[in-house]
Amino acid sequence: MENHSHEDHGHEHHGNFWTTYIFSEDHKVIAKQFLITGMAWALIGGLLSVLFRLQLGFPDANLSWLKPLLGGWLTADGKIDPEFYLALVTMHGTIMVFFVLTAGLSGTFSNFLIPLQIGARDMASGFMNMLSYWFFFLSSSIMFTSLFLSTGPAGGGWTIYPPLSALPQAISGSGLGMTLWLVSMAFFIVSSLLGSINYITTVINLRTVGMSFTKLPLTIWAFFFTAIIGVLSFPVLFAAVLLLIFDRGFGTSFYLSDIYIGGEALPNQGGSPILFQHLFWFLGHPEVYIVILPSLGITSEIISTNSRKPIFGYKAMVGSLLFIAILSFVVWAHHMFVTGMNPFLGSIFTLLTLIIAIPSAVKIFNYVTTMWRGNIRFTPAMLFSIGMVSYFLTGGITGLFVGNSAVDIQLHDTYFIVAHFHLVMGVAAFFGMFAGVYHWFPKMFGRMMNEKLGYIHFWLTFIGGYLIFFPMHYIGIAGFPRRYYTWTNFETFSGFTDLNLLVSIAAIVTFFTQFIFVFNFIYSIFRGKLAPANPWESNALEWTTPRFPGHGNWPGEIPTVYRWPYDYSKPGAKEDFIPQHIPYSETPESNLPHENELIKLEGMDATIHVEEKKHH
Amino acid sequence: MENTVDLRIVEEPKRSLSMDPKKFGMWLFLSTVMMLFMAITSAYIVRQAEGNWVYFELPFSFYVTSFVIVASSVTMQLAYRASKRDRVQQSKLFITLTSVLGVVFLAGQFMGWQQLVASNIYLVGNPSGSFLYVITGLHGLHLISAIAFLFIILAAVFKGNVSSKNMTKMEMCTTYWHFLGGLWLYLFIFLILYR
Repeated sequence: MENHSHEDHGHEHHGNFWTTYIFSEDHKVIAKQFLITGMAWALIGGLLSVLFRLQLGFPDANLSWLKPLLGGWLTADGKIDPEFYLALVTMHGTIMVFFVLTAGLSGTFSNFLIPLQIGARDMASGFMNMLSYWFFFLSSSIMFTSLFLSTGPAGGGWTIYPPLSALPQAISGSGLGMTLWLVSMAFFIVSSLLGSINYITTVINLRTVGMSFTKLPLTIWAFFFTAIIGVLSFPVLFAAVLLLIFDRGFGTSFYLSDIYIGGEALPNQGGSPILFQHLFWFLGHPEVYIVILPSLGITSEIISTNSRKPIFGYKAMVGSLLFIAILSFVVWAHHMFVTGMNPFLGSIFTLLTLIIAIPSAVKIFNYVTTMWRGNIRFTPAMLFSIGMVSYFLTGGITGLFVGNSAVDIQLHDTYFIVAHFHLVMGVAAFFGMFAGVYHWFPKMFGRMMNEKLGYIHFWLTFIGGYLIFFPMHYIGIAGFPRRYYTWTNFETFSGFTDLNLLVSIAAIVTFFTQFIFVFNFIYSIFRGKLAPANPWESNALEWTTPRFPGHGNWPGEIPTVYRWPYDYSKPGAKEDFIPQHIPYSETPESNLPHENELIKLEGMDATIHVEEKKHH
Repeated sequence: MENTVDLRIVEEPKRSLSMDPKKFGMWLFLSTVMMLFMAITSAYIVRQAEGNWVYFELPFSFYVTSFVIVASSVTMQLAYRASKRDRVQQSKLFITLTSVLGVVFLAGQFMGWQQLVASNIYLVGNPSGSFLYVITGLHGLHLISAIAFLFIILAAVFKGNVSSKNMTKMEMCTTYWHFLGGLWLYLFIFLILYR
């Protein structure tokens, strides 16, 4: 085991370029590494979706002008190769779900905010944190390499259901591309587990004096539950992937049975493809909450700060996060209603699934009531947070449709499902990520992002997102199945050409809109206005650090925390915010009776600090 | 210092959990290992319920190794106690014994595989056999990592780097070892019950 006792101390480290920016153990640098890698992945994932939207929106177009990019993946008459289309869909899903919205979102904000908001010098283990990033990088490199194989990347859908994914002779995308997918995911799981273990340990063990669980910002609660979900669910994906690797590489029959392919009967006997679905969705469903919970946490913090009001129902917000986290483990079979499961079992999973609407609704109502009569400041981060609430609501409502086994039999694997999950976890999580970047950019880089560009980015993305995914509900109810290369062969679906055209145009425009954000991001790192110490007048602890916090975050003592993070617009207070490190003894004008009682404890500060020092 | 005592009673600003972060991280790691085996054993149950399942006797060797791993847990605990009381000689003896028993366990598991092969149960074939290989193999891999950890501790004990004041690694190793022992007992009883 490594020995890193020096991390517990706060002094600055002066390393060379490599130890400062590449193999850094500082949580802030690692967070930026995750963010930038995640953004690169998001652009790749978005580009892939534009490519397959070209095929869906312009089925007759000649795409030979894409030859320099796609080369052999275009057919002789300038169309995207059908098998490559499947690979595009698969890789878009894999990249967005795992590399952008899991590693890019959780990796960035858990790493960046946990130590800063709980008042810690760094993560519990900086070394493990660094390993987490580099496993992610390794996993990314392998997945990226698989894009350039002559047989193409994995093509069996991001859910990689066997037998399709288990048999290289089935499609070319189940060949080497699938092998690399599995290897890459194995490393990804290691990265995610290292990260999660670190987040949980840090939140539990390294909070500053006074930072009890009831005083944690909701962001930290969200990251904490996300990490717990990750620790419990990713090993199950590992088991599923491992058994699939055995089936592919060693000829076992965990998932394979009675298959006759290409005129040849396979020897595999006794396997069950449904078994894979159980294992996969036992991760897969918690995974969508791993994606959305950090966004819910980030928006809670931003909405409260920019409404200049305490978050409405702090305990209800924590409780609903916890409830969602627990429920996420008992609803997986709602992805499998059409696998021939016992209808009684189906109705149990329907019931459990619909219960998720309760904590989700609690969150929506609390967001709205937090904003109600607040002095709302429409910063770009705030707009994206409100947008996130909007998308979470719109997408969540259709969850009630598809969570119902009777309705789902009609809607299963149609564009309705695509619309549902893109709104509720795709766009909503992306909006949470954008909100987080706009909000914490001043802390990350010491400079402000351009607000005007932020507004343009928001409105185009907000409208674009709805234009892409709203029409898909209609296409889906009409029965158009997802993952199909073309529908022009079927007379039934030829009426949807115009809708699909609209969706494709919206997707292309929205994709290119993101370059406004990329430009703003890169430009502001170097040329943005210098950020004041607390640009959003926020209460949370990260704004008590210097503009460019060094390794160790606070130059002197870590501030002691006296109050919860949502003392905005407190009646009687001089200003409309009172940061967490301001003791009650300094704010007699706004204290409530029970808070005056707490002043007595504050005098004992000195002894606590003495104790503190002894610990180090 | 009286103030500090007062503080503890009203308990407002206190130090968070007193557990060592590394030890805590270790427990979280153990929970991921637990989930991995939970996943595989429940997959086993689900798969078995679907029929077409070949029944066979567990190799005799697994019964022996189960005793070996329990014995190694006992010696591990004795080594831990000895180190905690700074009885260096005892500590050296028991940590060596534990390492030997660990290697014996692994050898026994491998012999179990040989016995399986002798009775025509291969990795490739009916899932009942495949599952047995995967379960024992995964447990074996984890045990190899534990033995590597144990060797590090063994070296530390012989160099005199483990004492009552420096027990963190020893404690972590003991925890890991007991956990893998308990995990094997769970798997073994599971395999006996759901053959």
